[in-house]
Amino acid sequence: MSLFSSKDLKLLTNPLSIDNPITVQVLGICSALAVTVKVQPAVVMSLSVMAVVAFSNVIISLLRNTIPARIRIIVQLVVAAALVILVDQVLKAFVYEISKQLSVFVGLIITNCILMGRLEAFALGNKPWPSFLDGIGNSAGYGAILITISIFREILGAGSIWGIQIIPASFYENGYINNGFMLLPPMALILVGIIIWIQRKYVKKLQTN
Amino acid sequence: MNTNGNTYTFIYASVMVVVVAAMLAFASESLKPYQEKNVRIEKMQNILSSLSIESTPENAEELFNKYMPENQHVVINSKGEPVSGENAFDINLKEELEKDLESRHMPLFIASFEDGSQKIVIPVLGKGLWGPIWGYISLEKDMNTIAGAVFAHKGETPGLGADIDQKWFQEPFKGKKLFDEAGTFIGIKVHKGGKGAAAAMGDTEHGVDAISGGTITSKGLEAMLLNCLSGYETYFKNNKK
Repeated sequence: MSLFSSKDLKLLTNPLSIDNPITVQVLGICSALAVTVKVQPAVVMSLSVMAVVAFSNVIISLLRNTIPARIRIIVQLVVAAALVILVDQVLKAFVYEISKQLSVFVGLIITNCILMGRLEAFALGNKPWPSFLDGIGNSAGYGAILITISIFREILGAGSIWGIQIIPASFYENGYINNGFMLLPPMALILVGIIIWIQRKYVKKLQTN
Repeated sequence: MNTNGNTYTFIYASVMVVVVAAMLAFASESLKPYQEKNVRIEKMQNILSSLSIESTPENAEELFNKYMPENQHVVINSKGEPVSGENAFDINLKEELEKDLESRHMPLFIASFEDGSQKIVIPVLGKGLWGPIWGYISLEKDMNTIAGAVFAHKGETPGLGADIDQKWFQEPFKGKKLFDEAGTFIGIKVHKGGKGAAAAMGDTEHGVDAISGGTITSKGLEAMLLNCLSGYETYFKNNKK
């Protein structure tokens, strides 16, 4: 038996394209605007969300038959909150500079609709392994958009990628200036809009009429 | 098993909360040393940056100990006399500032450079609009001219008050004087009115420009400097060179 049946594979690939949490479900926009000024925090944020979504999915899936229906949202919240705090503490201990840049947004992973959405919609009704893949897939879809946006914002707004200067100094001497608007959240929203536009143009399944 | 009964629900919730609490407490305790080290290093970097010394998290401790070895950390009282038995680096500034001036213990760091010159660094702490603001002021050996200033904040308004941690706000503090010519303690004044406000008021000796739209943060910063630095007045007068 292979580890990835075709159904399992869909769990991983759908959220990357036709079921993307940001561009199709339009969830998690807040953090997509806030932490995409530079590539590095966007990557750390994506990995943090991945860890939290994947493991809370697994935990909720393992507990799914024991959770009292009346307090299931509370149970989901406690599991998610505990994992978020763990991630926050680990970041503060080992990548302090980045944890300062991410500031409240790590704590706010808990309010990220992607997380609660996956727990309620998928993990409560599925086995641990598919739930894990679903978590990885959805956070990868979220991360892919975050990182794409951050690449555009950092290179056009600061002329660098991952803090390394890409646009040569000679450009600046000849009058090139960084686009300060790229560093502000509205530009991230416009970029999200452009990505949604491009995706709708080329993915037939998403076209409604 | 009935998972919807009241008893089951209560037991489930209680067990879950205890397990999660124990797990988080354990994680928090075991990661604490690393986190505290990061905070110490950040403090050292801030102090170094008030002296215009660039540092990275890796070399901050080494540079700090080079310019400001332990025996150059001093705690003084309001009469300017050194107080023994206290550690200037770890002193709780918040508690000290709540005390009367007479019983306050104030930390300072003396930095000595290769060319024999010395500067002193004073930590400051105050209130902004939304939360605490703090910083480090370095003074030339005349104990009057500001050699550098860095400020930081917990959660001031982004783009407005939060700009106190920006270079453009901190740079003008360099060269400002704490005392007037007659030797009276003035502190630093923050002038409203956008760029050039201090110059327009004719106050180039003690004045810097406030942040437009960040009035409460700017005023809090002014009060912080006055409150924290005035305690050192006697020390400054006795030790100026």
